[in-house]
Amino acid sequence: MDILQLLVSGVANGCIYGLLALGFVLIYKASEAVNFAQGDMMMLGAFLGITFINAEYADLPFLIGITLAALILGIFGYLLDRLVLRAIFGQPQFAMVILTIALGFLLRFAAGVIWGHDPASLQTPFVGKVWEFGELIIPVVDALIITTTVALTSILYFFFARTRLGVAMQASSQNQMAAYYMGIPVKRINAIVWALSGVVAAIAGVMFAAKGAVEPSVGLLFGIKAFAAAVIGGLGSLPGALLGGLLVGIVEPFAGRYLPSGVGQIAPYVLMLLVLILRPGGLFAQISQKKV
Amino acid sequence: MSNRFKSRYDDDINLFEGRWHMAQYAILAALLLAAPWVLGNYYLGELTAVLVWSLAGLGLMLISGHTGQVSLGHAAFMAIGAFTNLALMQRGWHFLPALLASAVTSGVAGAVIARPILRMSGIYLGIATLALSIIVEDVSIMAEPVTGGVAGVFAPPISLFGMEIDRYATPEAFYYLCLGVLVLVTLGYLNLLRSASGRSFLAVRDSEVSARALGVNVARAKTLAFSLSCAITGLAGALYAHLAQAVNYESFLVLISITLLLQVVIGGLGSVHGAFFGAIVVVLLPQVIAIASDYLDNTAGIQIAAYPGLDTALFALLILLMVIYEPRGLYGVWFKVRTWLQLFPLYRKGMFRRTRTYLKTERQR
Repeated sequence: MDILQLLVSGVANGCIYGLLALGFVLIYKASEAVNFAQGDMMMLGAFLGITFINAEYADLPFLIGITLAALILGIFGYLLDRLVLRAIFGQPQFAMVILTIALGFLLRFAAGVIWGHDPASLQTPFVGKVWEFGELIIPVVDALIITTTVALTSILYFFFARTRLGVAMQASSQNQMAAYYMGIPVKRINAIVWALSGVVAAIAGVMFAAKGAVEPSVGLLFGIKAFAAAVIGGLGSLPGALLGGLLVGIVEPFAGRYLPSGVGQIAPYVLMLLVLILRPGGLFAQISQKKV
Repeated sequence: MSNRFKSRYDDDINLFEGRWHMAQYAILAALLLAAPWVLGNYYLGELTAVLVWSLAGLGLMLISGHTGQVSLGHAAFMAIGAFTNLALMQRGWHFLPALLASAVTSGVAGAVIARPILRMSGIYLGIATLALSIIVEDVSIMAEPVTGGVAGVFAPPISLFGMEIDRYATPEAFYYLCLGVLVLVTLGYLNLLRSASGRSFLAVRDSEVSARALGVNVARAKTLAFSLSCAITGLAGALYAHLAQAVNYESFLVLISITLLLQVVIGGLGSVHGAFFGAIVVVLLPQVIAIASDYLDNTAGIQIAAYPGLDTALFALLILLMVIYEPRGLYGVWFKVRTWLQLFPLYRKGMFRRTRTYLKTERQR
């Protein structure tokens, strides 16, 4: 029973990692850029959620609050691409990495100025409520997180596999110039995908805030862990991101429980290094070596 | 501008392009040697910090700037160098052997992990080295006999050639020590870059496929570059430990790794000058902000000290502008200014216009 309980909390945590990893994968899939500020966008989403939903601020219903947060962060993502990221359009991947690292620093600073540095958490209608199945206790929050993640992953998966826009996004990442020639508005597609990843980050942020405390610097390490999850899955595969997130989420509590202290914290990274050493492109690899 | 005609093959790889170039560096050397008489103890300490971070930047520049492999985890190797040096000195080793040992240890550590880790490329390599930095951070808490656990270790005083060198008691001696190490490493670095190995690093950076086609052993070149880069960074770590006088795991957080990469980028990837420019910015920016904040407080009554982390934010903003407007970093700015001066009055506006590029996919490499 103990193991099952750890598994449930691991899966719920893993789903948040997975949600955040989805944001990474979305952007990577559509523009082959890597957004190191995704964790900080999640942090912004969490604070927006708190601002809209908590009683001491706007005191809106949960669903309206999360929608508003997603909307605002979506617009933020769109504007970010239009106003900042478009300036380095077509530059190597590395430029985007550096740019988004710098953006992350700026977002953290801005959040610290706006919301302060004290930990805050979200007041949800289902806080503390649990479902009991015999000895197994499932918090309602965890169930909500798991359902949201699975739903979102499948929606995005079908979006990329079936819709015109989704296929256009994949094309523009695989060969930007050829996509141009085929008449795909690559720049507009980039802006749309950044907006979409803002929406996903907001949802992940609200879920994160419903489970634990948020403060401006939370995005950095959490973002790195989610990034590890995305890399385990093979950056560029949506189900891979979810799987990676789940692996990281499950490994953490188990390593914390059964291994000496200190090892638990680094377990996700060791896992990622192992996966990468054995399969340098992640589990669902999309990289192939050019033969000479 | 003087015209130089190359009459021998050696002219292409000479360290100095003619007498005027040599004179410039002689002036720089004289200024650096005279610094302890000009600067007060506080600013001499800051200058020493610039030297130490330049050394760390040089280490990262070798792998990221000249071999094209992004590392987001070089603070890990600073940690290895620092802890090796201090642990050996506490066990009675002299400073110089301990310093060499820290370079060797980090170099060997780098070589060991280089093989598996350098099979990855681009962003995968970046995140793997980032993970490495986090792992070393936690390991340095756990390996208590060597690293002193959470409390960390204090740096014992250095005795060298019968002299006691201490960062606070004899700051000028410590400054000269750092300067000496940095000059030696820089000369070695420049020599490496004009040797066959160095050329193969550049070839790997520019195109792995064509380097392989030309007979470069890519795996060997990458491993060698990574190992040398780690050794230099380890040296910097050891000197940093003596500069800070006490180090623990917090001295080498993953954030330091990221800052180190940003430092190299802001200086200008792929140029030796860049490592130095970047270090100057990273060390002196907080000073400038502190001075500006005092000034604003006294004159306009604006208290920017009320916003913690402002220096990091400004640094990030600088990076942002740099990536957008000047991808070659401060070295690029300097290069343009120098060209403008050399060509005066013949400089034309479109000389450095960037050509339109499209993203090349990294999935096929």
